[in-house]
Amino acid sequence: MKYMLMMNHPGNGPYQIASWPKKDLQAHIAFMMQFSKKLTESGELVAGEGLSGPEQAKRVRAGKDGKPITDGVFPESKEFLAGFWIIDVDSPERAYAIAAEASAAPGPGGEPLNMSIEVRLVPSGPPKDLIG
Amino acid sequence: MNPSLDTRTLHLLRDLAPQVLGAVIRRFRDFAASEDAVQEALIAATTQWPREGLPDNPRAWLIQVASRRITDQVRAEAARRHREQLVVSLVPPEEQLALAADEAGATERDDTLDLLFMCCHPTLSPSSAIALTLRAVGGLTTFEIAKAFLVPEATLAQRISRAKQTIKSSGVPFQQPTPEERTARLGAVMHVLYLIFNEGYTASSGPELHRSDLSNEAIRLTRMLHRLVPGDAEIEGLLAIMLLTDARRAARTGPSGELIPLDEQDRSLWDRSAIAEGVALVTTALSRGAVGPYQLQAAIAAVHDEAPSTEATDWAEILALYEVLQRMSDNPMVTLNCAIATAMVHGPAAGLERLDALSEDPRLEGHHRLDAVRAHLLERAGDLEGAITHYRRAAERTTSLSERNYLLTHAARLSETPT
Repeated sequence: MKYMLMMNHPGNGPYQIASWPKKDLQAHIAFMMQFSKKLTESGELVAGEGLSGPEQAKRVRAGKDGKPITDGVFPESKEFLAGFWIIDVDSPERAYAIAAEASAAPGPGGEPLNMSIEVRLVPSGPPKDLIG
Repeated sequence: MNPSLDTRTLHLLRDLAPQVLGAVIRRFRDFAASEDAVQEALIAATTQWPREGLPDNPRAWLIQVASRRITDQVRAEAARRHREQLVVSLVPPEEQLALAADEAGATERDDTLDLLFMCCHPTLSPSSAIALTLRAVGGLTTFEIAKAFLVPEATLAQRISRAKQTIKSSGVPFQQPTPEERTARLGAVMHVLYLIFNEGYTASSGPELHRSDLSNEAIRLTRMLHRLVPGDAEIEGLLAIMLLTDARRAARTGPSGELIPLDEQDRSLWDRSAIAEGVALVTTALSRGAVGPYQLQAAIAAVHDEAPSTEATDWAEILALYEVLQRMSDNPMVTLNCAIATAMVHGPAAGLERLDALSEDPRLEGHHRLDAVRAHLLERAGDLEGAITHYRRAAERTTSLSERNYLLTHAARLSETPT
């Protein structure tokens, strides 16, 4: 079964990671790269990406003429998506374990961030028990 | 992979793959290395045969190429390190005799079966066993399997190598299980083939390998198993289930891939020859007198397939078969289906009564099927509000997109029904 793990970043401003000391920043990046490698090696990674910050983000709606109308940033957003993984695992428990591992990515001073990871089922399996 | 390879050659390669692998493992005793080497030999065949024509003895050709790969590899390793305990003949490849063609008969049968036993070993997780079986026995490439399961190739390659590692570290020898083990191990093989078949339900829009090809592959492998273990009633039952279910493939999805359930299908689209074959198989199987769950499910599928419509289906017969199945295996899914059949025979209230007995079952807790069946029976009983609630709840819980869309559509349809 496939799950999407979404890593949310608190709103109000750019990525805080940008203002971390170099050592902490490098540790965090190394962790993320290692994490994706590990998920590939365990045969569970479908996709995973980190997203650029909210200052680059646009909100797009179609106007009456169908042309895109773009808005700027999300000043009022409580949080926004910073990155995601899609995994293919044998059980929901395994998805939660992987999410917990991502949640503990190192932050300032090497302390685990323990950020909240939203775990969502991607309904992509075969319909079950149609036999009979 | 190679477009110039005609279908017949492709089928030949896939049929030969397990036989060649079995022969190579017998010779070199190293499952993982043999599997890699055979995969390379298959790829070599797909590029060379279209150019140079089919060899006189394709099987021997593949064994020779794979053996050469292994000896080259062993030589390279031996040069790098001291010789290991790997039992391998270092005869130059040009002097290595491939197995004579007339040796093929007796050995290849056992090899393929042993290979299936190995790839479906109970120590492997279902997803590992599926991937390994498709590659080692089915002869599919990692790329094709990854495509079918919609995961990246690197991820699937790791799944296969971890599976091989598990087999290696568990020390399972490449040999026939003892007579005591045999039934359980055959059961594991049948279960993996059944899972592969089930995966093929969702059609994908990929141009390379439709997921429905997994159903074809499962049928092909089950036919192989049926050949290797003739006269086994449960294997006949499994093959019959697949044929009788796959016969409805053309009617099971609508123009945009939406799911069409059994009672709404256009039965003129069902594949009559597959139904005839499935019915013949299950009839033979049941006459052997060793009734098991696969045969019973096949018999149920046969009753559906032979009925001209939902209303004209022999629901009493289906209910009787489910009740036998229920006594045989304590499976809540069977009880669910029993509830549906009960409703068809004795009315929705009787079906709902059966469901109530299930609501305590921890194995079904949060399972969408319980809600889906309840919604269906409530609708038949005229409780539209209740039906809408349970259709929606089931839609939230299913892991299948096509099923979710189907359930939501039902809820929407009922919401618009004037009361």
